[in-house]
Amino acid sequence: MTQAFRIENEGLINRDKKLSFKFNGKTYFGYEGDTLASALLANGVHLVGRSFKYHRPRGFFGAGVDEPYAVVQLYRNGETEPNIKATEQELFEGLEAKSVNCWPSVNFDIGAINNFLKIFLPAGFYYKTFMWPKSFWYRIYEPFIRKAAGLGVASTKHDKERYEHKYEYCDLLIAGSGPSGLAGAYAAAKNGAKVILAEDKPRFGGSLLTSDVNIGNQSGKDWAEGIIAELKTMPNVVVKNRSQIFGYYDHNMLVMSEKVSDHLPSTKKYHPNKRLWYIRAKEVLISSGSIERPIVFGNNDTPGVMLSSAAKEYLKVYGVLVGRKPLVFTNNDSGYETAIEFKKHGVDPVVLDSRKNPESEIIDEAKNLGINIKNSYVVVAAQGYKKVKSADIASISEDKKQLGKIENIKCDCICVSGFWTPTIHLASQSGNKTKFKEEIDAFVPGQSKQNEITLGAANGVFSLEETLKTSFTAGSKLSKNITENNNEIAIPNVVEKKSSQHDKFWCVPLPKGKNYKRFLDFQNDVAVSDVEIALREGYRSIEHVKRYTTLGMATDQGKTSNLNGLQLVSEIENKIVPAVGHTTFRPPYTPISIGAIVGREVGKNSKPTRKSPMHSWHEKNNAIFVDAGVWLRPRYYKRGNENLFEGSKREAKNVRTNVGVCDVTTLGKIDIKGPDAAELLNRVYTNAWLKLPVGKARYGVMLREDGIVMDDGTTTRISENHYHMTTTTAQAANVLSHLEYYLQIVWPELNVNVVSTTEQWAGAAIAGPKSRDLLQKLFPNSDVSNEGLPFMGYMEGDLFGVKARIFRISFSGELAYEVNVESDYGNFMWEKIMEVGKEFNIQPYGTEALSTLRIEMGHVAGSELDGRTIPYDNALEGLVSKKKDFIGKRSLQRSAFTAEDRQRVVGVVPLDKKTSIPEGSHLVKDDKAALPNPKLGHISASCWSVEYDNPFSLAILKDGKNMIGQKLFAMSPLKNKVIPVEIVSSHYVDPKGERVRS
Amino acid sequence: MLYINCPHCGMRSQNEFSYGGDASVKRPKLNKEVSDQEWDNFVYNRKSLRGKHLELWQHISGCRQWIKVERDTATHEIFRTFKADEEVA
Repeated sequence: MTQAFRIENEGLINRDKKLSFKFNGKTYFGYEGDTLASALLANGVHLVGRSFKYHRPRGFFGAGVDEPYAVVQLYRNGETEPNIKATEQELFEGLEAKSVNCWPSVNFDIGAINNFLKIFLPAGFYYKTFMWPKSFWYRIYEPFIRKAAGLGVASTKHDKERYEHKYEYCDLLIAGSGPSGLAGAYAAAKNGAKVILAEDKPRFGGSLLTSDVNIGNQSGKDWAEGIIAELKTMPNVVVKNRSQIFGYYDHNMLVMSEKVSDHLPSTKKYHPNKRLWYIRAKEVLISSGSIERPIVFGNNDTPGVMLSSAAKEYLKVYGVLVGRKPLVFTNNDSGYETAIEFKKHGVDPVVLDSRKNPESEIIDEAKNLGINIKNSYVVVAAQGYKKVKSADIASISEDKKQLGKIENIKCDCICVSGFWTPTIHLASQSGNKTKFKEEIDAFVPGQSKQNEITLGAANGVFSLEETLKTSFTAGSKLSKNITENNNEIAIPNVVEKKSSQHDKFWCVPLPKGKNYKRFLDFQNDVAVSDVEIALREGYRSIEHVKRYTTLGMATDQGKTSNLNGLQLVSEIENKIVPAVGHTTFRPPYTPISIGAIVGREVGKNSKPTRKSPMHSWHEKNNAIFVDAGVWLRPRYYKRGNENLFEGSKREAKNVRTNVGVCDVTTLGKIDIKGPDAAELLNRVYTNAWLKLPVGKARYGVMLREDGIVMDDGTTTRISENHYHMTTTTAQAANVLSHLEYYLQIVWPELNVNVVSTTEQWAGAAIAGPKSRDLLQKLFPNSDVSNEGLPFMGYMEGDLFGVKARIFRISFSGELAYEVNVESDYGNFMWEKIMEVGKEFNIQPYGTEALSTLRIEMGHVAGSELDGRTIPYDNALEGLVSKKKDFIGKRSLQRSAFTAEDRQRVVGVVPLDKKTSIPEGSHLVKDDKAALPNPKLGHISASCWSVEYDNPFSLAILKDGKNMIGQKLFAMSPLKNKVIPVEIVSSHYVDPKGERVRS
Repeated sequence: MLYINCPHCGMRSQNEFSYGGDASVKRPKLNKEVSDQEWDNFVYNRKSLRGKHLELWQHISGCRQWIKVERDTATHEIFRTFKADEEVA
């Protein structure tokens, strides 16, 4: 394929490097430095997609981030990505892209029938049509709309690319590397400030790359190159291209997405695809420039109609002609600049200027070049379906209301310029209240809200000389305040052509008898008539008009359409534009890849994984792991073909008959030291703590101030002023914070220190009737008899040379101990326990057996202490002191908490003694009652009792105290189960607790 | 993301902190008789002010100290920060 629209001796592409790429299955060639858009245009391809609603043919409208049309599906290195702007995607060898929103092909799209039905699809069509019948929404309307809507398809495969996050701090962050950004960055850098200069495009320089200006006796482009080259050598400056600052957040934090690899055929090894920068800047210089806005006329969405600045950029940067018979339609001097560039490259443009007698240096130059200029002329409508073939043009009266006789002239593209809209998104996101600037018919930033300043075109200043002057000055001043350096910078001479006042004209009236669609928003097919309907139907707020018509929505967020929409509303409503106001600018400025936002926190990295020191032993011994918060705990140790039920039953049974060992390292551990430690515990726990002797442990329950149980656990007095607290695995962090809060804020007079020691100690619970025999063999020099180490006793021991803490505490209801050693000896301890325990038939047990053992004993745990229960509900009221005060005590007097029929934990057994009751089942009196069937309680935990060999559950039941012996139904609509049950005591096994004391 | 001056560590980003509510709430003294209304005010009732607000934050991924932060709840402007035991004038 030849690149028929590529011209010689122009552009910044690398003609030595030819690249091949595929678009809609067809192979083309372009050059290194092209975008997909410029390469397609070089090949004369203008038809790239179909519009959202009417499926009208779509071409290229812009040359950058503002592009509303040319959104494609990209294929790169085996991956696919939707919503890629062809105007931003750089070309690489082997690139593949496809049109979206068309079926079966972009050339023949069945959906285009909507174009002929468009009278039936005006604004609000969906809202009005798909309202009833209600039941149709899920089954018919939504699937239909989903199929019809959308710009591309997201991949459902795992994304192999890597994305990084980076945090950075700087003195001055500069958004945009046009003349203003370069001047500001240079001045600040010279003062020694730490500067970050960000440019979203691959090339630095902004408008200097395409404008015919002179700075310091160089062309604007050469001057920009010189400044960038010097900035890159400075150690205090970071210069980033392909980097879009898309959000301005609180306290001067901005977020930037750097496309590290998108311009390459594949991501380099160890490189990320994108890098998201969180930048905290002392000062921000917003030099984001401006975007040309269109003039609205009939069929202005036809491929070949584009912004005049885009046509100029394709020519100057990429050496591409967007047409050979261009028509330039303008209301200001910018159109002439594009016409002059065409003329210089041997193409004869026709300029239609809506103004009557404009005069300026630029216009003089155009005249001198012999360009055909028609004043007081407008394009009434573009003609052609898949590409502009001609234009209907007419003269226009001075009041812009009357069109003259319509003529048709041949052309192959229409370059439109309706003047410039400052890009004020970042300033507005920072909280800056924008103001309307009459001279340019657009909003500019008002009073700065955070430490931000907006300069150059973004601030509505279109003179290069003034832009450079204000930006150099601002860069110097802002950096001087930070670094206290004051290096004078000579502001270079500027040669630019003066331009004349633009014409406020923005929309061509419809000729009599014609009903052309005049589009305001090109991505969403919002025409002038749609906004008229919305206003007729009573929508007044611009935010409502936006949502009803979809004007300014979707991926381009109305970068080229918003202001014209406001003009229209202001005309119809007979209000000035600032009174209409604009819709809110929200981040992101442009779509950002979800991968970049997520960063590396995917899959197993989405949360930390904590492992006990014995983890590798568990792994080697066929442990099946389960997530317990961020910890990995063995759920059971699989033997042969055992499933979870069989394995956990075996393990639990072995604890009841022999001895088992369980890894309890994950329990939270807090070291508490200080003379007031006992007093702190006495205030934190519901029971009394002042008289706990050294060498003894006690079980305690702590409440929140609202009386709800927060956590439970044992605390041991190691020495006079030293305690060892354990918490549940899940609440460890919250309990520590809770203690710190009371010590630092509420009772600072208490002399106590608390610190987490969860990771410092490895823990093993040894439980079962043979546990004492085992313990004696592990600690032959210690007296671990019932007298030497009674229930709730504590001692230190010597485990084959390793210092150990031995607690006689039990969660299983059996005679049991917990042994702690320093974490590094955890594996040693475990192996010794297994080795010595062999003769007692020891087996390790996991969390499933652990649950079984505690449930059948009626010990409450996380599923009962669920943030909704008080001590009474958990049958723990015996631990609530009547004498002393403690956190949350006063709340226990609330009437709901003292009600006679207050909920309480009970045991539940199925009548058939066979059917396991699903956790979460509701307990009801009558399984046939009309819905909603009154719920009396819920099943909090279920197990298979190894003691009685039948299912057993715990439940929190209303009036549980008086319900023992009652017959109810456990209903689980999710599992479709109704199980007749009997309510029994929660202490199903060993109700008197004799075993733990044996 | 807010930028908070921890009086112990200096300027740190919000993601190192956790929010702890209204700092002007005073817990009734232990063992003191309090009315239902007083207790409800302490446990539940908050003003949810728009504007300047003294609140507690904990530097949970830093020095673990609870601090007081004077912040505008509408604009997020932070005026001053204090150590837990510092008097707020």
